[in-house]
Amino acid sequence: MMLKINNLTVAHGAIRAIDDISFSVEKGQLAAVIGSNGAGKTTLMRTLSGLKSAENGTATWLDHNLLHGKPEHHVRHGVSHVSEGKSVIAQLTVEENLDLGALWRRNRDEAKATKEEVFNLFPRLAERRKQLADTLSGGERQMLAIGRAYMSRPALLLLDEPSLGLAPLVIEQIFQSIRQIVDSMGVTVVLVEQNAMGALKIADSGVVLNLGTIAASGKASDLIADPAVRTAYLGF
Amino acid sequence: MNQFLDMVLIGISAASIYSLMAISMVLVWRSTRVVNFAQAGMALLSAYIGYELVARVGNFWIALPLAMILGAAFSAFIEFVLMRTLQKHSSQGAIAAIAPIIATLGLLGLIRAVIGFIWGHADVQIEAPLSKVGFTFGETTIVMSPMSLFVVLFVITLMIIVSVIFQKTNIGLALRASAYAPEIAQLAGIRVSGIRTLGWAIAGAAGAAAGILQTVNGTGALSPESLEFSLLLVFGFIAAVIGGLESLPGAVLGALILGLVLAAVQIYVSGALVFIVAFLLLLLVLILRPQGFLGSKAGRRA
Repeated sequence: MMLKINNLTVAHGAIRAIDDISFSVEKGQLAAVIGSNGAGKTTLMRTLSGLKSAENGTATWLDHNLLHGKPEHHVRHGVSHVSEGKSVIAQLTVEENLDLGALWRRNRDEAKATKEEVFNLFPRLAERRKQLADTLSGGERQMLAIGRAYMSRPALLLLDEPSLGLAPLVIEQIFQSIRQIVDSMGVTVVLVEQNAMGALKIADSGVVLNLGTIAASGKASDLIADPAVRTAYLGF
Repeated sequence: MNQFLDMVLIGISAASIYSLMAISMVLVWRSTRVVNFAQAGMALLSAYIGYELVARVGNFWIALPLAMILGAAFSAFIEFVLMRTLQKHSSQGAIAAIAPIIATLGLLGLIRAVIGFIWGHADVQIEAPLSKVGFTFGETTIVMSPMSLFVVLFVITLMIIVSVIFQKTNIGLALRASAYAPEIAQLAGIRVSGIRTLGWAIAGAAGAAAGILQTVNGTGALSPESLEFSLLLVFGFIAAVIGGLESLPGAVLGALILGLVLAAVQIYVSGALVFIVAFLLLLLVLILRPQGFLGSKAGRRA
């Protein structure tokens, strides 16, 4: 078990957005976190990356305490977060957005090599490297956001709703790239999604959140087969 | 024709100093969302420090960069001590937005009082290192003097350095990213709070240069109550607003527009109307085009 979350509680004002949850993710696996709006998915991600502080519980990646320190600190320990809503900087070029993700890395040659990896994964970004991120399509922006996070060569990648607002065909592409990041680059991924079916299909394991608590969890294929999960979250 | 030339030359030398002040306002606004009224006081303090350094070192050309470095250090110190503390203690509600701005007003008063305490309230004088008599071509003397030509060239050089830093270096990329989207910059691994302090430091250096150049290019006199420095703040702010408050090229463009318009009023209408026009221009820009001419809506954050 590499990502370990134990009895985690996070308050959002007076509300307990995350209420005493525990789960873990194995190294090199893709875990989907699904659930409806307001289930606490985004709060969970923001807590794990250091944007939000927890009330109670523990969260560790390997030996690293995720509940202590800011995002820029966690990035240096191999944890990258793509926040909700195509987190790119519109006023910077594609290449600048990517470079940004590796600025903290001392070894510039390795950073360059990582950029080539990103361009191989998303050739469209290479074509548009000098364009402002503002001019990209929604799908390209999401590729750029994932690419930017990958530039810090993370071991754990937290993705918050990469499918948001994208066309089905583009979602398919993005999901395949995410699977590729897990399979060929050995990155552990936690994927938060409203698109529950799509996410569970590519995931190894899944966690279903409901109003801040875990409603179900297990192997992704088991969750898809579970009648209760099907009717409540997969819509058939 | 001669009048027109005078207008352009007066406009450009004034604009070069406004643009320094404007970029220091923009840098502070972009990094911390604070309109720094204390900038006038910080520039004034830097000018006094310049005066002190000229007196001790005896060389203006050494005193100028030294005072800029000290101005940067002081500005960084203010961000580090005052702004960070305010952010921590008033992170909730309406007071969080207004407290830092009121604090800069308080700081402005404090700096002036301290200057009066140290150097007294009588004028002190910085000797101009170059002649302030306009260049002569045959029969005609133009309004551009060696001193004001130096000011213009020095500011152009600083602007080139600043834009190279911002556009071509890693630090510049971090500065821009932290200004546009601090949260994303943080997630990318940028130590945003340190970058904020750096933004204030660069602003402090630019403000120091503005203060000293304004003094030697003007009457050379300094006093804690200097009206000139209050106006410098206002003109810098107007130029920054014309440029959209977010954009460094915008600030320079805003300064040029302001400098030329005010020079035109001074030469073709009346010197007595300059301030009236300046403030009308500020209100006009805020009413008609609050996002400025180069400021992007996307860059403006709530």
